[in-house]
Amino acid sequence: MSTSTPIGVADPGAPLEVGQEVARATYPLHRGDLVRYAGASGDFNPIHWSEPTAVGVGLPGVIAHGMLTMALAGRLVQEWCGDPGRIASLGVRFTKPVVVPEEGTELEVVAVVGALADGADGEPPTVRLDLTASCEGVVVLARARAVVRR
Amino acid sequence: MAVDQSFVGRTYPPDGVYEVSAEKVRDFAAAVAGAGSAAAVGGPLATAEVPAVHVDAAAARALGHGTPLAPPTFAVVLAQRSDARFLADPAAGVDFTRVVHGEQSFTHHRPIAVGDRLVTTLHVDGVRGAGGHSMVTTRNEIATEDGEPVCTAVSLLVVRAPQESA
Repeated sequence: MSTSTPIGVADPGAPLEVGQEVARATYPLHRGDLVRYAGASGDFNPIHWSEPTAVGVGLPGVIAHGMLTMALAGRLVQEWCGDPGRIASLGVRFTKPVVVPEEGTELEVVAVVGALADGADGEPPTVRLDLTASCEGVVVLARARAVVRR
Repeated sequence: MAVDQSFVGRTYPPDGVYEVSAEKVRDFAAAVAGAGSAAAVGGPLATAEVPAVHVDAAAARALGHGTPLAPPTFAVVLAQRSDARFLADPAAGVDFTRVVHGEQSFTHHRPIAVGDRLVTTLHVDGVRGAGGHSMVTTRNEIATEDGEPVCTAVSLLVVRAPQESA
């Protein structure tokens, strides 16, 4: 069963240039996904499953774990490079909450080549992917970057 | 109540070994791989297609790894447990219901793999105020129990001012 709709995941071995888009996917998100992530990660904060609690602390509604959003950005990087062992670093800033209504929502993630580095001192060459994640047209991650060993 | 700035520079040594189990990696990977699947809407949740590198030893070996690898954000499981030692300390003055995740990064010195026995050292690298909020930076250094560096996880947590209604 397809769980996402990658519009394009480029061949990781192909030549790259800065600015090139290498992967893009839309990940639907439902509250069941948040409950499962809560159980798997051990983060049971009720703002991720209880509407009254979320609203009570000033949120618009139940929100996804920021770490689930980040994990989906990492998933796209992994779908492109094929091996989590090649992901040297992954970092994000959380800018807006991903609100997940009862009927669900979608997270769109795009990966673009941000920089290329030749290996030095025996280190492998790397590519920095700049990631964009948005939900309902609102950017939810900023400065989202992954460094991948080639 | 502001977060106590005297905690800056404090270090919490490892308080136990975390053994990375195959089933925990499978569950975590399924929660990431399964997001968006129709199963999550109401059906059984066990149907996600998890990438083989997370669950299949032969697939991991084909990529040059001795055992299946955890997903690239798995270290958060260890980091959040470790952070709780500081955040849950009443003396630190952190109202946990007002904590929002601001930034997160993982630097992988090598991937986390099934069978690893890991220890986590917590460093409180920063506490500063910003418009009534407190910005707390924690750094968790994850290593094998033999001392091999595995992952550096840095978190910026924002403790929102009580009067704010986001």
